[in-house]
Amino acid sequence: MAAINGIGGLSAEYVWHKQTSLHSFDAIVLPGGFAYGDYLRCGAIARFSPIMKAVISDAREGKLVLGTCNGFQVLCEAGLLPGALVRNRSLRFVCDMVTTRVEVDDSPFTRDCPKGTLLRLPIAHGEGCFFVDTKTLRNLNANQQVIMRYADRRGRIVPEANPNGSIENIAGICNRERNVFGLMPHPDRASDPRLGSADGAKIFRSMMQAISTTRATVVPEHVKQVA
Amino acid sequence: MPKAAVLDPQGNAVRDAMRHLGMPEVRRVRIGKYMEIDVDGKNGDLEARLHGLCHDLLSNPVIEDYELQRLEAEDSTFANPRSHSAPAGQPATARQRGVGSRKQKGRGA
Repeated sequence: MAAINGIGGLSAEYVWHKQTSLHSFDAIVLPGGFAYGDYLRCGAIARFSPIMKAVISDAREGKLVLGTCNGFQVLCEAGLLPGALVRNRSLRFVCDMVTTRVEVDDSPFTRDCPKGTLLRLPIAHGEGCFFVDTKTLRNLNANQQVIMRYADRRGRIVPEANPNGSIENIAGICNRERNVFGLMPHPDRASDPRLGSADGAKIFRSMMQAISTTRATVVPEHVKQVA
Repeated sequence: MPKAAVLDPQGNAVRDAMRHLGMPEVRRVRIGKYMEIDVDGKNGDLEARLHGLCHDLLSNPVIEDYELQRLEAEDSTFANPRSHSAPAGQPATARQRGVGSRKQKGRGA
């Protein structure tokens, strides 16, 4: 939340998981964490929290929804994004700084970072290995839904840069309508140079720009964060 | 159970350990989950509702297959305090009418 509030023009509020409406907000962020202790599967129980009905209906109406880390897992479990996050190939919890390469130009989440931009972002997860079946993977690529891939520092998509075994080095994807974006890295933990990288702030700024341009007049944004 | 196409690094680690311990014949190990669910009653739609929850909550059809099996109460760990203590205050009838859920690859439920 501090990451979002630290960006001029944005303000975020926590929403309790038992609440049922998100009407007053322009965008929704599902942050990381380990909701319900990751019991059963990561995100499997959180996906049925009362607030998720509002997240799902608002997402269907086109509101911007961002899920980072555990938030990505919840979005996949809720069926808002295809695929699933499974145990890291190494079987280790990975806590590291990684480089991701932006793969598309037209997503509302990456307007501030054109295709090919390298972002330094932290990761911290045990179940971040992205899996989809081959048909869905083909569709993801054909529809330009892969927003980010893990890359080396020179921007090459190589196996050594893949921290968790994700299929085709996928770090983040969006839905077909391009308003729901999930990624395992934490842009929220890289939004200030004092944290080692401010690249994550580009994601939030992009969202702000996207929201502003869809409106006739620009008003202060309220970004909702579901805790 | 994880679907065949899903990488199971845990299964691979256990396979390697088994080979290391003198069983080179081991070709493959897949690790899934086994859940026991103790339910009341035998309503006609109980099993159908359990299948619904197996699909929506207990398994993720993107990566897992499941199988639902009805078990006799005496086969269930709920009824066997040596391996697992039964919940206190649980009515005997509930235990006698237990339905077990077993996830297994390739069998479909």
